[in-house]
Amino acid sequence: MATTRILEWLGRLYIWLLLAFLYLPIIIMALMSFNVSPFYQLPFEWTTEWYASLWQNDQLIAATWNSVEIAVITTIICTVLGSAASLALYRNEFRGKKFLQALLFPPIAIPWLITGTAMLIFFFGVGIGRGLHAILLGHVALALPYVIVVVSARLQTFAPELEEAARSLGANQWQVTQRVTLPWIMPGVIAGGLFAFAVSFDQFVVSYFLATPGQTTLPVEIYAAIRKGFTPEINAVSTIIIVVSMALMLLTARFFKFGGEK
Amino acid sequence: MAGVQVSNVSRSFGAHKALDDVSIDFADGGFYALLGPSGSGKTTLLRQIAGFDFPDSGRIAIGGESVERVPVEKRRIGMVFQNYALFPNMSVADNVAFGLSVRGEAKAVIATEVQRALDLVQLGKLGGRRPHQLSGGQRQRVALARAIVTKPRVLLLDEPLGALDKALRVDMQIELKRIQREIRITTIFVTHDQEEALTMSDRIGILRDGRLVQEGPPEEIYDRPKSEFAATFLGDANIFRGDSTGSGIRLADGTAIAAGAGATLTAGAKASCAVRPERIRIATDVGASESNANMLRGQVSKRIFAGNNSTYFVERAGQTLKVIVQNTGIERLAEGQDVVLCWSPESTVLIAG
Repeated sequence: MATTRILEWLGRLYIWLLLAFLYLPIIIMALMSFNVSPFYQLPFEWTTEWYASLWQNDQLIAATWNSVEIAVITTIICTVLGSAASLALYRNEFRGKKFLQALLFPPIAIPWLITGTAMLIFFFGVGIGRGLHAILLGHVALALPYVIVVVSARLQTFAPELEEAARSLGANQWQVTQRVTLPWIMPGVIAGGLFAFAVSFDQFVVSYFLATPGQTTLPVEIYAAIRKGFTPEINAVSTIIIVVSMALMLLTARFFKFGGEK
Repeated sequence: MAGVQVSNVSRSFGAHKALDDVSIDFADGGFYALLGPSGSGKTTLLRQIAGFDFPDSGRIAIGGESVERVPVEKRRIGMVFQNYALFPNMSVADNVAFGLSVRGEAKAVIATEVQRALDLVQLGKLGGRRPHQLSGGQRQRVALARAIVTKPRVLLLDEPLGALDKALRVDMQIELKRIQREIRITTIFVTHDQEEALTMSDRIGILRDGRLVQEGPPEEIYDRPKSEFAATFLGDANIFRGDSTGSGIRLADGTAIAAGAGATLTAGAKASCAVRPERIRIATDVGASESNANMLRGQVSKRIFAGNNSTYFVERAGQTLKVIVQNTGIERLAEGQDVVLCWSPESTVLIAG
């Protein structure tokens, strides 16, 4: 009896420590974005000055919009192409299919630093060069395998008789996909899309290599700003992003249950 | 509604011949069972008729129209799958409506037809449920309603009752038969359950190793099996092997068995005789049997009591014979008892060896 209670208590302590470890730095950063002192000095004095000055920082705002834009386009392209590729791999048997599927994993495992270097050299060589278009291309290439892996995993739980049943009822390939297969894999598509968004929006290394001065993404801009000298504006923009992305996550989790039927 | 003709259909998967020159005529409005052990090709044949797979050679016609290269979605068939294959993301009504909806029927027409189909399978009030909220038998009915609502030319069923428990299966057999009679649709039904095939169908086709072994009404196959396989796969049979005498066989020990039915064979050829266990009379002495009856002596080695009947296993010259006796309460034979077995030549089917 006593041991179970101690174990239970230890378990709770473990959870709280874990959550503290994850969220304490974020909470401190968010608090400091409202502190008057730019040097983390206490006592805490409330201000929204940093948010106001963030509003004046055109460079940071432009970089934020670049990041959002690239992440959204990457997400759209990757969910469409990735889902289509997963369906093709699921439905068709062809020579070299296993090899092709195996090729999807190395890009996930290869360090982004190396992928970034390779892309920079390659893009330079073939004349794509650097800039937002190169960043977008790089992000799509990075995020696509994640979507294919996640959607394919979901497809493994799909009963092929469902497509056969739909066909026997007179549905053509498009109707089968749209009405039967897609609704089933939708949680996988959404999860894959979130992955793609995160890979792109968090991406620093590849973006850093492919960005040109003046045309850059938020992580690269934050890095450049910190090197010049830290300002609480960074805390402010980070806090906004955390609030927005957590709201998005919670919304998604509310509407789609991941990993199976309710 | 239409008949289905399968002519000389063959289909191989690699070196494996799944179907080998199969021809069957499925009459319009009939209820047909394809019976065979697993791997016999019965499901492959059903998939060829459905159009999920195309034959390497041969012809398949539905209502006189060649369809062997027409894909499933254009064949106007209805199919019920072994695991029902209901769409989990749709309500019962939407499942049933699917076939009409992809065809672009008007909403009002769909609603009427769906309700009629659900009423037919006695699920009229469950249209709003989700498949996972239904019992196995109810799912089965939804799958059936979904398959027939589009008024297909044939109804194909792939072991549709396999996932149900025994009592429910008997209910569904009666139900399926009633619905089939009501809409008079040509029905082809794959099963490995011989009892199901016997009780439900107008005609049975027995398949083995990709070939059609025998085909005909249940009574005909049961009473006149043309092969040892057909005799033992559909029902139980005692098989005697020996040399043909023209009107029966002679066993290795010289005993003659007269056969009044089956193949016409020249004397001397290898042949066998099949006798159903319930056609044999078992007694302690010869008694007043007909003069022309087949007769063998043996010893009871085992008796299995099953309520309304008993099965006796009788040892005779190294062979175990099976005899089923209705429980009339008159006489019970003990294990180890010497007995006489009698049966008429009319109950004996001669089969080419």
